[in-house]
Amino acid sequence: MSGPLLEIDGLCKAYNGRPALIDVALDLWPGEVLAIVGESGSGKTTLLRCIDGQVAPERGAIRFDTRAQGMVDLTLLNEARRRRLLGNDLGYVHQNPRDGLRLELSAGANIGEPLLQAGHRHYGRIRATAESWLAKVEIDPGRIDDLPKHFSGGMQQRLQIARNLVTNPRLVLMDEPTGGLDVSVQAKLLDLLRRLAADLDLAIILVTHDLGVARLLADRLMVMQAGRIVESGLTDQVLDDPHQPYTQLLVSSVLQL
Amino acid sequence: MSKGYNFAYLDEQSKRMIRRAVLKAVAVPGYQVPFAGREMPLPYGWGTGGIQVTASIIGRDDVLKVIDQGADDTTNAVSIRKFFARTAGVRTTTRTPEASLIQTRHRIPETQLKAGQIIVFQVPIPEPLRWLEPRETATRRMHALGDYGAMHLKLYEDIARYGRVTTAYDFPTLVNGRYLMSPSPIPRLDNPKLDRSPALQLFGAGREKRIYAVPPHTTVKSLDFEDHPFTTERWAQHCARCGAGDSYLDELVIDDRGTRRFVCSDTDYCDTRLAGTGGAR
Repeated sequence: MSGPLLEIDGLCKAYNGRPALIDVALDLWPGEVLAIVGESGSGKTTLLRCIDGQVAPERGAIRFDTRAQGMVDLTLLNEARRRRLLGNDLGYVHQNPRDGLRLELSAGANIGEPLLQAGHRHYGRIRATAESWLAKVEIDPGRIDDLPKHFSGGMQQRLQIARNLVTNPRLVLMDEPTGGLDVSVQAKLLDLLRRLAADLDLAIILVTHDLGVARLLADRLMVMQAGRIVESGLTDQVLDDPHQPYTQLLVSSVLQL
Repeated sequence: MSKGYNFAYLDEQSKRMIRRAVLKAVAVPGYQVPFAGREMPLPYGWGTGGIQVTASIIGRDDVLKVIDQGADDTTNAVSIRKFFARTAGVRTTTRTPEASLIQTRHRIPETQLKAGQIIVFQVPIPEPLRWLEPRETATRRMHALGDYGAMHLKLYEDIARYGRVTTAYDFPTLVNGRYLMSPSPIPRLDNPKLDRSPALQLFGAGREKRIYAVPPHTTVKSLDFEDHPFTTERWAQHCARCGAGDSYLDELVIDDRGTRRFVCSDTDYCDTRLAGTGGAR
């Protein structure tokens, strides 16, 4: 194994002069699942958006180990170069599946789109791939021609995950993938994610405010507060023995049943 | 030629502005160039884009042909032909080989165009990505980045649902390997005629105020899948007038009992064949 997959240094971002990220730094290794927890407004989603290129940071570097050209600082690329270099190395799972899917097109088309984007032009193979991915995310392949708007929330989220993984990315960014789902559906989705991450040797950055989700999925945990990373370490270590007062508060505020 | 109008109706400054857009369009095949569309004395949807392009490039020596759905004798074709005969005093014709400038709606003539001829298409919706993405800012970005993978989704959905591609007109094309282009609502049968045509092909969209072009001998590829290659439509019948088996046929109901007959939509092609064979049927 070579170096890290992702290195972030001194990342700063402010909205209208109000800081959202202050000097954020992190390393992520291939195949690693990193959870970022923190309350609303702590900068978790902004961090994901910076990595995904939806938001331009003011300062700092985001170096990513691309398949095409090795380590590249993503903040220095324009959109066209970014797409060319990054290709399908990076996926993004939205909290709301409606943001990441085309609801008016069939499930098969939704999985096929990234393949078409990557230049595949063989209908039969695209369809076969879509079918096998539906099975992998536990959706009946018979529903390949159904519209996602007729799917349940949990199915939509699984379809979104299939759409992101079909092109074999190295890193998937997930913004509260289990938000808005009921507890049993959440548990199934977490099971699925854990299995896929292990099978595909996938690196994941998972943003969540649910410490249970982090505990189940993540190798490492980072706690953010007001734009800073206040504590980080192995998930069990941080959750069992939180050092910072804010982390202690976070851990102690989880309902115990 | 009627007095009181500038040559070909439009004022010289407007024509120059449109010619600049045409030049840019020719330089970047398939790219939609915005232009300051003028009010024309006919409603949007009747060919205001095509008529502005024609008005800007027509010269005193040009011979103009205007067709609508292939026919020279429909209202729209007759009116536009008369318009230029009156305001520019140019010669007009219905014969495809004799025309130097052809304005068309919904068809490309069956007779192969020659080098030196110019064909002007009337375009209702110039943006091929519009069905996928309603925002103009987003579609421009997609064009800039060559982000066209999603365009195949329409074909994918057709094949998944009906077993074949059902898009029959305005079939999307890739021009010169770079820009995705809507060929205006010509039938799929006409798409191969766009490819490497020796004639200059100009497209004008009046309501949307866009001009684009395919210069002579430029590749125009219709989108398809490797295992579902692009095909054109076929008829079981031949033309009931001239017997042509290779032209685009219109289905006409000819009496109150629903009797139907198929004839060439390109009236000039049909008449020429009839004259040549002495009226086969």
